[in-house]
Amino acid sequence: MSAAGEAQARAGAGGWDRPTEREKRAATIPDPESTPVPAALRERVESAMALYPDSRSAAVPALHAAQELHGWCSPEAIEQVACVMRVTPAYLDSLATFYDMLETEPAGRHSVYVCTNISCSLRGADELMAAVEEAAAADPEVRVRAFECLGACDIAPMASVDGVYVGPLTPKDAPVLLADLRAGRPILPERQLARRPVADPHANSRAFPLPPPEGAGAGEPEEGQA
Amino acid sequence: MSEALLLHDIDEPGLHTLAVYEQRGGYEALRKALAMTPAQVLSELEASGIRGRGGAGFQMGKKVSFLPHGAIERYLVCNADESEPGTFKDRELMQKAPHMLIEGIVIAAHAAEASRSFIYVRGEYVLQADVLDAAVAEARAAGYLGEDILGSGHSLSLVVHRGAGAYICGEETGLLDSLEGKRGNPRLKPPFPANQGLYQGPTLINNVETLATVPAIMRMGGAEYAKLGVETSTGTKVVSVSGHVQRPGNYEIELGIPSRELIYGLAGGPPEGRAIKCWFPGGSSSPVLTADDLDVPYDFDSVAHAGSMLGSGAIIVVDDSTPILDVAMKLAKFYRHESCGKCTPCREGTAWTVRMLERIDSGEATPMDLDIITSVCDHITGNCLCVLGDAMAMPIASMIAKFRPEFEAHMQAAHERAPAPAPVSAGGEGGFA
Repeated sequence: MSAAGEAQARAGAGGWDRPTEREKRAATIPDPESTPVPAALRERVESAMALYPDSRSAAVPALHAAQELHGWCSPEAIEQVACVMRVTPAYLDSLATFYDMLETEPAGRHSVYVCTNISCSLRGADELMAAVEEAAAADPEVRVRAFECLGACDIAPMASVDGVYVGPLTPKDAPVLLADLRAGRPILPERQLARRPVADPHANSRAFPLPPPEGAGAGEPEEGQA
Repeated sequence: MSEALLLHDIDEPGLHTLAVYEQRGGYEALRKALAMTPAQVLSELEASGIRGRGGAGFQMGKKVSFLPHGAIERYLVCNADESEPGTFKDRELMQKAPHMLIEGIVIAAHAAEASRSFIYVRGEYVLQADVLDAAVAEARAAGYLGEDILGSGHSLSLVVHRGAGAYICGEETGLLDSLEGKRGNPRLKPPFPANQGLYQGPTLINNVETLATVPAIMRMGGAEYAKLGVETSTGTKVVSVSGHVQRPGNYEIELGIPSRELIYGLAGGPPEGRAIKCWFPGGSSSPVLTADDLDVPYDFDSVAHAGSMLGSGAIIVVDDSTPILDVAMKLAKFYRHESCGKCTPCREGTAWTVRMLERIDSGEATPMDLDIITSVCDHITGNCLCVLGDAMAMPIASMIAKFRPEFEAHMQAAHERAPAPAPVSAGGEGGFA
């Protein structure tokens, strides 16, 4: 709430717990004459808009692009995207406050998402989260967030470091992870998801239908059913 | 006898490139499909009996047949917003066999006569979206996408759209709103997406795994595919097993095998010396089952009959070292965070459930609180536009029903541990002791 609230407060909008600034006019679509937009950002937003029958579909990809440039969805970033897309800043604000990956307050250049959902927490994600937070403390360039299920429960507990999935991790890995990140090295290369084979050792040799289990007992655990 | 359909040779080096995929017989199924009429392809899909792998388990062929015909632009959307806790099968398929998915999309679009398609991939899957982007570019250059595919006269565009982190966007109408550039709030149904979906046009929405299976169905023929699995749950399914098991990961199984075989045989069961306390058969939204239910055949109807659901096909195993309250709390907090806030029962119900569970831990709760939680869950279920609230209500209610003594013991212990309440000044409090 606070992140969203601050962004809204900056924009002068009210909320359920703050009065609206009644004197202030709602922001209109920014004037291209008075809104300088970096050429690279303009190009990315325009090429995203060209992909869809309705150009507004490009709003989230455009905000992603602006966030990459500015570090977060700052009022300036929103204004620039709004100018190119010809929508109001409020419209984009409504998106930035909805989606978890769009930052609504100044964030570091690096983001570390630690998955703390059920499968990861069963395997020690809360301890991992505490260790990563401790290792990253006092570093304004690294933003650590506890994130909802990142879809990598096979390497639980895990983290996504600037979009790179690594796991399984232990609290002891936290300082190494942060050191790799600060030094610009690949993060824990041997534990990156990209290099992991499928867990099923028989994925290549299994045939269906399976032969009926011996003794035809439906309830018996079956081992080695390649 | 057929080989694993989805995970076969999944780790073949370079399978994500067009060259290797074609070498291994890739896009042959597409050629076969393009030589047939859309109605013929549809009848193969219907004959296969394949049910959607995203969670609802609706028959894919039926879904395609709901799309209206005529001179109107139709859309196909692939739901790759895999966010159901415990599910990671689509991730592996997209990352390692992106062309299998693209081929499935082109075939399904042919059956549905759709001319534009989108893959909505969750923003966190950076690697997978990059792989898909590269694969789409390759497929387009080779003529499998774009205008007049392989000289068939059928055209299809495909855009990989990246989300930005919201569980609700996995719900099909929330996904459509998000894809249109809005907040991902679910829509009122009907109209269903088949009639009025993306940009108000008829839209076919399918999960990654469902679409990735389509080439195999075309290759084998729908009737042959339907021989796999059991009568009402045909085919094979990739199951994600996670939590307290020794070998978490994706396993392709024929639907209908005993759940025990999946959890113990394939995933290795819980660590040495521990026993299974409960397990979610279909992601964190499914009501929990216990060790007594391990012989339930793993297919849509048998799991439903056991009082739960197959959902996205993600098994989460919880062993006896974990307090049930911790599991309930994690879940409730997740759904509270992900509720989009559009419907009151879900927005308020998830938040109040968290607060009441916290009371149990702080020693303030009485056994009656468990009944209140159950009643809140009852009031959420079926009363919202989408099933996000139900997805919290069903597992929490099932935990309270199945582990009530443990909740009560926890409550009692916390109550005894809690500091004595501050002395009440005379006339200050009512008769609530």
